[in-house]
Amino acid sequence: MVDAAISAPHEVAATRSRGGLRRAMQRKSSVAFFMALPLISLIVLLVIYPAFYSLHLATLNKSMERFVGLSNFTFLFNRQTFWLVVKQSCIFAITAVVFKALIGFIVAHFVHNIPAKGQRKWRGMLLVPWVIPPAMSTLAWLWLFDPSYSAFNWVLAIFGIDPVPWTGDAYWARFSVILVNIWIGAPFFMIMYLAALKSVPEQLYEAAEIDGANWWQRMWYVTLPMMRNIIAITALFSLIVTFANFDIVRILTAGGPIDMTHVFATWSFRVGIEGGDIPLGASVSLFMVPILAVAAIFILRDITRRGSEV
Amino acid sequence: MPSRNKISRRKFIGTTTAVSATMVAAPFVRTAGAAGKLAIGFWDHWVPGANNATKTLVEEWAAKEKVEVQMDFIPSQGNKLILTSAAESQAKAGHDIIAMSTWLPAEHARNLEPVDDVMAELIKQNGNVNPTVEYLGKVNGSWVAVPATVGSQIKGPCSRIDLMKQHAGIDVQAMYPAGQKANADGWTLDVFLKAAEACHKAGYPFGIGLGTTADNVDTAGSIFHSYGAVLVDANEKILVKSDPVRQALDYYKRLMQFLPPDVPAWDDSSNNKWLVAGKGALIMNPPSAWAVAKRDAPQVAQQLWTHGMPAGPKGRFAPFVNYFWSTWSFGKNKSAAKSLLAHLSQRSSAEKMVAASGGYDIPSFEKFQDFKTWEEESPPQGTLYHYPNRHNHQVLSVAAAPAPHKVAVQIYVQGLMTKMAVRHFQGEAMEKTLAWAEGELEGFMRS
Repeated sequence: MVDAAISAPHEVAATRSRGGLRRAMQRKSSVAFFMALPLISLIVLLVIYPAFYSLHLATLNKSMERFVGLSNFTFLFNRQTFWLVVKQSCIFAITAVVFKALIGFIVAHFVHNIPAKGQRKWRGMLLVPWVIPPAMSTLAWLWLFDPSYSAFNWVLAIFGIDPVPWTGDAYWARFSVILVNIWIGAPFFMIMYLAALKSVPEQLYEAAEIDGANWWQRMWYVTLPMMRNIIAITALFSLIVTFANFDIVRILTAGGPIDMTHVFATWSFRVGIEGGDIPLGASVSLFMVPILAVAAIFILRDITRRGSEV
Repeated sequence: MPSRNKISRRKFIGTTTAVSATMVAAPFVRTAGAAGKLAIGFWDHWVPGANNATKTLVEEWAAKEKVEVQMDFIPSQGNKLILTSAAESQAKAGHDIIAMSTWLPAEHARNLEPVDDVMAELIKQNGNVNPTVEYLGKVNGSWVAVPATVGSQIKGPCSRIDLMKQHAGIDVQAMYPAGQKANADGWTLDVFLKAAEACHKAGYPFGIGLGTTADNVDTAGSIFHSYGAVLVDANEKILVKSDPVRQALDYYKRLMQFLPPDVPAWDDSSNNKWLVAGKGALIMNPPSAWAVAKRDAPQVAQQLWTHGMPAGPKGRFAPFVNYFWSTWSFGKNKSAAKSLLAHLSQRSSAEKMVAASGGYDIPSFEKFQDFKTWEEESPPQGTLYHYPNRHNHQVLSVAAAPAPHKVAVQIYVQGLMTKMAVRHFQGEAMEKTLAWAEGELEGFMRS
């Protein structure tokens, strides 16, 4: 009797636990979790672990033997070149994102107005710059901008125009890296905006037209509000990716001339890997994280709020 | 319970001495300790087939010593050599022997096995190494790497015989005759400047880059040395605001007006392309451009002559880039590794490597500057005779020396000297450029 009284709760608990496990396994969310587990493991291994490791590295001294807290950041704040890199990264990212968004928006409208039959062909062609690996397409641009054998300069010479030092002059070099970034990134905006345009109900335009709205009013009061979330999220993602850009600048100018095209990633590589100061390199690359994180929180909160209003 | 194995003091000292003697002698004799496995990461030579000489030498040694070897040839493109050594140094695992470029031995010194014993023996056999090799390979008075034949190079002038004669009135073959000592007392930086001006006027400017890659920085380093311009001395004292530095910058300003306008954007391939395309009369490079011209533009190759640097007020300094072979202190077969390093540094081994590279590689030892390859390579006959420093005609130097390694590597990698030259040339006042450089150097001092 006593034995039975003692053993009963254990058995009940075990049965409940087995049943709970079975029920958990039968839930769709659990199945989804286990199916996503390989990908989650990869992300943990290749993204989260390196991210935390770089945080750890940024708190070490140059020889990586001593914890120095935030000293690497305070050191950077006193460096003239660091602030030059901050300025250039902002110029590079903001200019490139604005132009990518503008070009993407205009081209998306053109493509949207092409009859459905030929639209797929145009969409495919316009996506080409985005689908080619940037390292490869930037090499082609490098040949076009080559200091001594620029194909652009060859064409300009035919019209009697002096050669342009595309990568030899600091300001032309900045222009060149931004141009290539826009060329590669604009199709992403185009395809996102095109998808957004297609999701705007036709009835809204019809209603606006009945109300006597002109083209500009239809754009301002119908198209833009309906695309607002997509514009915000695309701009955010692109801003983050453009701030972290490495390949275009590295291949085209390697940060030169006289450091005038360095962005965070290229300067971090120069200081950390080539210069053998890994903690300082890690600090440079982490500098933008808090700023972009705050921007991301605000933009995503705004999107969520609008979503719940709808 | 008392121990049964009592060891007397005399016995302990005797055993310790015997073990120590065996350890010291191990690298040079074939013992059971020299067997086992050895993983080696060599630099992947850009000259087709040049890796084969190294491979054959290693396999011969491995067969003799009964060591199982695994060789990887790691290219320097994309900084793969730098990244591999950084990863292995962090992971404390990897190859037993790894090739290291200029500044890497000093950077990884705390994880490298000292090779004083190997170097002492090699110097005794092969003669001294120049002070630049010592500066790069020794840390705190101890050798941490053995200078490698493969990859080491002098980046002196490679001139067009015809264009220099025609436009600058300089006979480079007469200055540096094949098979004879140099006759180049009049070959100074002032003459060089006049020649640059003449060739620029004729439409064949000298192709000297001012970007931040190695070729550009190496040339700047040697011109700065020629004026005695030191940015930071061996005691970490910043000397940038000095007259020699001002003179060097002023020289660069005068020189740059005769160079192609886009030189601030040049990388290590730009000067090669410039010469091979027949656009310029002179570049600063090892004979790689000549080798490419031999294949792609034979009419240009026939007119190329590699020779010594012009002398400045403080001497004749040539840019020298050294590669090293190192063994990690965490390596599992250090005695075998040292034995192989000694084998690769023998005269016969170095001669084979130089021949396989078509004369590109320069061994560091004094007695290895007279190989037949440099006499025989053509066209034209004797074009590489004066490529090695065979008559001690010039001082082999590296940019940023004699600054302590941690500062020097930053000066070199960040291209501080070329950036100073470009800033000043583009109109920045001399003192402002020097003040900017001083600020940069203060940042490089961090530890």
